[in-house]
Amino acid sequence: MHGSAAKLDTDLSASRKSKLGIKLFIVYIIVYAGFVVISLINPDLMGHKFIGEQNLAIVYGFGLIILAIVMGFIYNAMCTRLENKLNKTEKGQTL
Amino acid sequence: MIYSVSPWAIIIFVTFVALVLLMSFFFARKTKSVAGYYAAGGKIHWGVNGIAFAGDYLSAASFLGICGMIAFSGYDGYLYSIGYLAGWVVALFVVAEPMKRLGKYTFTDALDARFNSRSIKLTAAISTLVVSVFYLIPQMVGAGDLVVPLLGLPHWAGVVIVGSIVIFIVATAGMTSTTYVQFIKGGLLIIFSTILTIYILNNGLKLNPSDEYHQFISLETIIEDGEITGTNNSNYTIERIHETGSGLTFAKLNNNGVERWFKLSDDSKTMHEMLSISTLPNGTKLYNGEPKTEAKFYQVGHLTKIVVNGEEVDQTGPLGPFEYLSTLENSELVRFTRVELRDENTTVWYQNPTLGSAMLKPGLKFKISTRSGATFWTKLNFVSLMLALFLGTSALPHILIRYYTVSSQRAARKSTIVAISAIGFFYILTLYMGLGASVNGVLDLESSNMAAPLLAKYFGVGIFSIISAIAFATILGTVSGLIVASSGAIAHDFLDNYLKMKMDDKAKVRAGKMAAFGVGIFAIVLGILFKGMNVSFLVGLAFAVAASANLPAILFLLFWEKTTAKGISWSIVVGIISSVSIILFSPSMYDRYGLPMTSAPIPIDNPGIISIPLAAITLVIISLLSQKDNSSKVENYHLNQ
Repeated sequence: MHGSAAKLDTDLSASRKSKLGIKLFIVYIIVYAGFVVISLINPDLMGHKFIGEQNLAIVYGFGLIILAIVMGFIYNAMCTRLENKLNKTEKGQTL
Repeated sequence: MIYSVSPWAIIIFVTFVALVLLMSFFFARKTKSVAGYYAAGGKIHWGVNGIAFAGDYLSAASFLGICGMIAFSGYDGYLYSIGYLAGWVVALFVVAEPMKRLGKYTFTDALDARFNSRSIKLTAAISTLVVSVFYLIPQMVGAGDLVVPLLGLPHWAGVVIVGSIVIFIVATAGMTSTTYVQFIKGGLLIIFSTILTIYILNNGLKLNPSDEYHQFISLETIIEDGEITGTNNSNYTIERIHETGSGLTFAKLNNNGVERWFKLSDDSKTMHEMLSISTLPNGTKLYNGEPKTEAKFYQVGHLTKIVVNGEEVDQTGPLGPFEYLSTLENSELVRFTRVELRDENTTVWYQNPTLGSAMLKPGLKFKISTRSGATFWTKLNFVSLMLALFLGTSALPHILIRYYTVSSQRAARKSTIVAISAIGFFYILTLYMGLGASVNGVLDLESSNMAAPLLAKYFGVGIFSIISAIAFATILGTVSGLIVASSGAIAHDFLDNYLKMKMDDKAKVRAGKMAAFGVGIFAIVLGILFKGMNVSFLVGLAFAVAASANLPAILFLLFWEKTTAKGISWSIVVGIISSVSIILFSPSMYDRYGLPMTSAPIPIDNPGIISIPLAAITLVIISLLSQKDNSSKVENYHLNQ
């Protein structure tokens, strides 16, 4: 009854993963803040052609969505590697 | 406007509901334990959980609200898509794994894991309920709105149908059936939105959306001695000229006994037809001067100029996804802007010619450029919205509980990535669905929420039926998740952990089911009371309250060792109270109360930029003042960190 709904093993990679998460989070905040700041300071810039026929608003907006997905995959790959490396000696690895 | 009921829509909808109910029966036999009821036994596959996340998250506000907002205000509606998706980055990088590590069934469990404090149990349970109820209302209102065109039933019937089905889903098999409903609905929503987008691109851009599209007329004015005395069309006689405070001039004309409203051009030389709804003293409503049944309140939204390679064309033929945007950027379209004429008891929508390039950058809805009259406060409002969207997602209790349905932290992380990919892809599609609705003559000016389903109808009754049934299912999925979260807050956090009621496993599950039943009934009542409320408005509110009440607590708990139980509880309380009060005294709410917007004591609508820091500062101060409490905190709350 007590404890998680699913049993968790000790995770030795938790702190490394958490630091990695924070780093990626900060990178994304900077890019996201850039979008907000440009919209505020120079909204006309958003209407300028940026890549090919697409304006900056479209490229930046799509870019923020695609960046989130790409960074998600990178984070997962790095975390999985950390878990496999650091939890090797533990019995019953996660997953 | 008037909707005709499609039998296919009814068949598809009933089939879907029957499947969902059968599934709930099937899972109900397996749901006997508390872990089974609240967390599906922690046995959901991460892939299923990821799509279920999407099904849970993509609520009526995303599908109906955002598409409608893009159709009416262009890129500014799309800002919601960007912000709602960016919020998942916070969830993935910062919140997902610790939440999984610390919690058991609810968000309160995770916050309290380290302290075992009664005040956290109480405040976090209340915060879960407040956020979930704010989120529930627009879903129920949306259900009522949808059922009118889909099944031809009155608004309240839609609310009651959704409420009863959801109570059944949750009360039979809890989180397991909820998860599969959300999985199926999330999958269907993404597949059929993709199909709808393919239709839009294939259709390309054309000046005349369809043969039935209303051709708006313009009249030349006759001016004598500086007075407008008539028009070049003798069938129309001028009844009244109405000047608004904001420099617009409208004219009420009489055409063979039917009153129609026109807008005068800036040079007063021409008059352009408008759409109007007037309320007569006896309460009857006239749509463009005639009873509703005459169907003279047209669906609108059209292009006035399409430019391809520097040449004007009538239609483009099929376009690629990028070509569609760049062609639209060089074109011009007509939006319809609403003006309330209070002394005439009339609402009019005038044709507002808009450059395609303005539709594809921020600024039509939010005033951010100095040219459009931006002030410090309108800019702050914009920042505040972007902040609340970014920080709100990972503080929504009904999203957080989904982390307890998978077996490990790794599975929690993987399902978040599936969710981000699915949701991100869907949000890219919202731009096409919204813009498609704005130029194909499908908009119902009375209800922006119907933009996406009505666009589907333009392409055929088959896809309309499926899209409407999915929109309905969208509401079922989200409401189920909200009710599980609320029932957890009442039965698990409050009755079991806070009041420490003596219950065995069976009694706990029964308490959860009864709580679900109670919240469900409450949601039905609210859904009927709040009829007519904008769907995305209250969801924005829920995000702001969640970001203010829950996020500082989560972040400080994870990253600041000195955080105390009192600090967390007070920050939740301050977050709820400050965000809700700012909203209640905001210009938008004053407009709803029927008071002038300028008289609102607080000049911004979005509270996040004030209430989130306020909650964080409260947490820091109270924690520093109550340091000695931490000597008794539960050690080793999380391992190896």
